Amino acid sequence: MKKLVWERKDLLGLADLSKEEVELILETAESFKEVSSRQIKKVPALRGKTVVNLFYEPSTRTRVSFEIAAKRLSCDVINIIADTSSVRKGESLVDTGKNLEALKIDIIVLRHNSSGAAHLLARNVGVSVINAGDGWHEHPTQALLDIFTLKEKFGKIAGLNVTIVGDIAHSRVARSNIWGLTKLGANVCVCAPASLLPAEIEKLGVRAVTDLDEALKGADCVNVLRMQLERDERSIFPSSLDYFKEYGITAERLKKLKKNILIMHPGPLNRGVEISSEVADGKDSVILEQVTNGIAVRMAVLYLVSQGKEKYAFNY
Amino acid sequence: MRLIIKEGYIVDPVNNLIGEADILIEEGIIKKINKKIEENVDNIISAKDRIVMPALIDLHVHLREPGREDKETILTGTEAASKGGITTILVMPNTDPAIDSPEAVRLLKERIKRTARIDVLIASTITLRREGKVLVDFEALKKEGVVAITDDGSSVDDENLLLKAMQEAKEKDLLLLLHCEDKSLSSKGMVNLGVISTRLGLRGIPKEAEYRRVERDIKLSKKINAPIHITHVSCKESVDLIAKAKKEGIRVTCDTAPHYFSLTEEELLNFDTNKKVNPPLRKKEDLLAIKEALKEGIIDCIASDHAPHTEHEKEVEFENAEFGTIGLETELAVAITYLVEPGLIDWCKLVELFCINPSKILKIDKGTLAIGKPAELIILDPSKEWVVKKDDFLSLSKNSAFLGMRLKGKVEYTIYKGKIIYPF
Repeated sequence: MKKLVWERKDLLGLADLSKEEVELILETAESFKEVSSRQIKKVPALRGKTVVNLFYEPSTRTRVSFEIAAKRLSCDVINIIADTSSVRKGESLVDTGKNLEALKIDIIVLRHNSSGAAHLLARNVGVSVINAGDGWHEHPTQALLDIFTLKEKFGKIAGLNVTIVGDIAHSRVARSNIWGLTKLGANVCVCAPASLLPAEIEKLGVRAVTDLDEALKGADCVNVLRMQLERDERSIFPSSLDYFKEYGITAERLKKLKKNILIMHPGPLNRGVEISSEVADGKDSVILEQVTNGIAVRMAVLYLVSQGKEKYAFNY
Repeated sequence: MRLIIKEGYIVDPVNNLIGEADILIEEGIIKKINKKIEENVDNIISAKDRIVMPALIDLHVHLREPGREDKETILTGTEAASKGGITTILVMPNTDPAIDSPEAVRLLKERIKRTARIDVLIASTITLRREGKVLVDFEALKKEGVVAITDDGSSVDDENLLLKAMQEAKEKDLLLLLHCEDKSLSSKGMVNLGVISTRLGLRGIPKEAEYRRVERDIKLSKKINAPIHITHVSCKESVDLIAKAKKEGIRVTCDTAPHYFSLTEEELLNFDTNKKVNPPLRKKEDLLAIKEALKEGIIDCIASDHAPHTEHEKEVEFENAEFGTIGLETELAVAITYLVEPGLIDWCKLVELFCINPSKILKIDKGTLAIGKPAELIILDPSKEWVVKKDDFLSLSKNSAFLGMRLKGKVEYTIYKGKIIYPF
């Protein structure tokens, strides 16, 4: 079989990737994982490249993970937090991107509160853009590290039953996971109160249920989303206590199941809101392994997009 | 000035003139239409293998003047219209200031007189500043020459106020053009609610936001037997409601825009803000319903909803981008490509949708090639294929939902009052 060559200059989401492209990222990540356990945690793969973390939303975990990944590939890394930059003076995203490009950087890692922001930036600059989360749209590296962790635990993705619980409507993590998992042949079930299930979600090839016990039945893994109770101005959100009662992942609830089930969470945790401490810290939890795997996955993505040449543009 | 258009294929269903013939235009007036005209003239245009039809009438156009001349002006907008084969437009009053007073109309008329290349008809708002609170002075506005009233961009939420407006419009013989949208339902939505809004992670606009207002406005029209015109119909449910109303004899007419019978929500998957329009692009089933309704006469006419915006208002985050696409220079070709080419409608029906029906709705004496009338017609190459490109637009703004598309049918000449105004 002919080996797939990565051609994209950007990683904007998992929706547009082929199954083979997803697999290539995972394989590349596997080969990078070992770097982080070396005495000298650094390879020269991207020496001389400059990565800019351009973050318009607060994030610790993702930004630090990208920074570490870039540094372990010997990149130079610049962090821009929107609050302190000229963004506050009203500069547009496109202008900011073009200015960074003029500074001869190579990769922009973008976190933005607006869905589609990574697409907008990618089609306006020639440098690579990696989407580190855009609005409710996608968070591809988070899903890739989730899938990478699953693959480590189960050996394969095809046929796995994965349940995603939480605010599906406003979750970019859920969307990217749905794309990645279904492409690789997993059975995905999403579970949320009806008001937090987005319209026609089943058309993405998933099962949607509102009852958590039903959603957990037969599941190999549950990916518990952070409940962002502060997020929406509309009162579609239950109180945190009510939510914990109906949708919280607790030891009692898990005991009712026939088998053990892998516990994942993209962080940061709201203990006692979507997950109990007992479960989060329990033996089936791989929450911290996910964090570790994030480095390898992001190293893989940084490495691949810097080989990619294919420009992203409209056909006009 | 005498002009002969030779051997064109004439499509003028009103006068039952369909077939090859010559047209003699003298002093701006159509003098003769015959199989062969041999006379000494100043100019002869060969129209062999070309369609000759009445010029188009577009009853939904935003020219942005006064107030936003960086988006479009009366001059650039009417030049764009002439390129699109249009010689009559109705301009929307959501300018800055809004056209809601006789003074504002006078100012606009003055500017039109100075710079417009074609006939520009004026619509005023229904309510002052389009706020939905206080009705405008219909009597005074009518006297200034306003032919239609609309709060386009918004729907009048207050039923009693709208009823009063309907009554007034009926008495004063003003066209009442209604933008049907319940903003409590569309909320901060950006794209059609459904699998695409879910995929993109963008707030959805449910179809109910449109068709429940269509339903309400039809009900109000029926109540006082007042005519209404519903603009930019985009979904199947609206079509069904209008079809039913028409069957019952309720005095409702409507239009749709080219993007609703050529594009679906799937086009938005790459976050192309040029395709962010209001109402939003819908599903395939809606597009098919719109097409069928055009064919069946449930939808009376096609209007562009030409909505120019600058690049820096469009090439931004999707949620911050303005709604709207330009359409004057593409509407005819889009209709030919998506309606005539596939055999859904014939050329006569196309003339009905672009010329005859808008003329009836606006109560103007146009839309035909009648002898003795001012010559307002176009010569069109029906088989010419072209690709929509930014640089080719005459419109000041380039925000077209059709960029990059291959279309069929191109206007070669636009004649207005006997004069060639395009090409210029």
